Amino acid sequence: MPVKVLAELIMKEKIIEGIYKFSVKAPQIAQTAKAGQFLEIKVSETGEPFLRRPISIYNIYRETGVVEFIFQVKGRGTQLLSNMEEGTKIDIMGPLGYGNFDVKAYKKVAIIGGGIGTYPLYELAKELQGKSDITMYMGFRNKNLVTLEKEFEQVSNKLVITTDDGSYKNKGFAIDFLKEDCKQEKPDIIFACGPLPMLKAVQKLAVEENILCQISLEERMGCGIGACLGCAVKVISGAEPRYGHVCKEGPVFYANEVEI
Amino acid sequence: MNTEVNLCGIKMKNPVTVASGTFGYGREYDQFIDLNRLGGIITKGTSLKLRPGNPSPRICEVPGGMLNSIGLQNPGVEYFAEHDLPWLRKFDTKIIVNACGSTIEDYVELCKILNTLDIDGVELNLSCPNVKAGCLAFGTTYEGVKEVTSAVRKVLTEKPLIVKLTPNVTDITLPAKGAEDAGADGVSGINTLLGMKIDIDTRKPVLANNTGGFSGPGIRSIGVRMVYQMAQAIHIPILGMGGIMNGDDAIEYMLAGATAVSIGAGNFADPETSIKTIEGIENYMKKHNIEEIQSIIGTVEMH
Repeated sequence: MPVKVLAELIMKEKIIEGIYKFSVKAPQIAQTAKAGQFLEIKVSETGEPFLRRPISIYNIYRETGVVEFIFQVKGRGTQLLSNMEEGTKIDIMGPLGYGNFDVKAYKKVAIIGGGIGTYPLYELAKELQGKSDITMYMGFRNKNLVTLEKEFEQVSNKLVITTDDGSYKNKGFAIDFLKEDCKQEKPDIIFACGPLPMLKAVQKLAVEENILCQISLEERMGCGIGACLGCAVKVISGAEPRYGHVCKEGPVFYANEVEI
Repeated sequence: MNTEVNLCGIKMKNPVTVASGTFGYGREYDQFIDLNRLGGIITKGTSLKLRPGNPSPRICEVPGGMLNSIGLQNPGVEYFAEHDLPWLRKFDTKIIVNACGSTIEDYVELCKILNTLDIDGVELNLSCPNVKAGCLAFGTTYEGVKEVTSAVRKVLTEKPLIVKLTPNVTDITLPAKGAEDAGADGVSGINTLLGMKIDIDTRKPVLANNTGGFSGPGIRSIGVRMVYQMAQAIHIPILGMGGIMNGDDAIEYMLAGATAVSIGAGNFADPETSIKTIEGIENYMKKHNIEEIQSIIGTVEMH
């Protein structure tokens, strides 16, 4: 059950220019949060910008009641958030979303993330670690944007890092390396989060190769709790297509159930 | 201290309701606030049959609030009556159903059903800017509002009828009079103002529907002005809304002539906005030694 809390920002870390990791003390959220869920964060006291910012959970420390999220400064809202100092009490709603990653002891797991879309996959990998054989694929535009390599290395059996321009590790798109590996041996499930073109390619691969697959989606949100019906996504699992909502039925969906 | 108000026969424990389309059928907010504290809940716009809604993006932020183009997505009145109404009825709050349609026949058929349900009132939606047919097509003129309201009034004999009006008009007192002359028990407004935001990189509107309804604190002064104008022109109660974020904002609307108020987009910014508004009204009453909140309705002193 989600709650609204004032969570103290206990640690703020600039990961690279424009990308921040916030650790907040929020025991009620930490106790029940699941991998793939998100938070709705109030960024302004003045009401401008007006809406909260939906940001995925990166890491959960259940014992100490700490939740971490990582965000990129993209506009006024995230700029204001990044200006907050340690000690600030942040107004946070969470954990939100009912569609979560299916954390089960699959034998062979592929996890693929692109750019800032890699962060919501960390808690998932952490929870699967030791239960599954995890190959983690992380794609970035270039060397300067490669983040959290060590962290992801620790929670995966094999880590494949790609850069679009080849300035670090493998040159190309992460999806192409996943595709190649699938030719050798298919994973039991693929988990994905990242930019839309990547998700579309992952979805195509999963459907064509008949691999179970979950993708985490993004959409412009109003309330974040399923009331405003703003974050619509076409769900095609039933008899007739319909609009479901990312904040409520997602943000994680089975790849064969949504049209993206 | 008495916060009760009587909105065209709907006796509410306080003047604060939540606006249609911002609160679903209440279930989502039940996780964050005590619904029993609300004066009333205005449901999501509900139609005779299921409506799928518009494609994404349906929402974007603008200075002073947000634009939305949901397109009245809802499961239809039968589903509502079976699944949501019995649950809503567990709470000690008034339930007003926002009714929308594409044709006069739609509105009439829907209101025939609503007339038989265990609800406290109907808010007739003649003002949604985001659907192709109905709503705005009727809502912008005296004649249009009168025609639909009259047809609905004939079948909606057991429930108070409130007509929700659009601000996308030159003179809102004309559709307001149309509602009054057709026998409506009250009016509500303002609905959203039609807006548009363009992504300058793609040169396309951000919303898939190109335009959307503007709500939030940025429209409050327009809402207050229009409620005042309506209060001067008609004799039926007004449910005032548009950008209310706290008790002070609600008081402004009541001074302008609103009997009760609705919290809309404010619910998104903070799920506790409605509760904070109730508390703010109580604080205002204490501060100004007001015994009966209804004594302030329409008491603005114009220059």
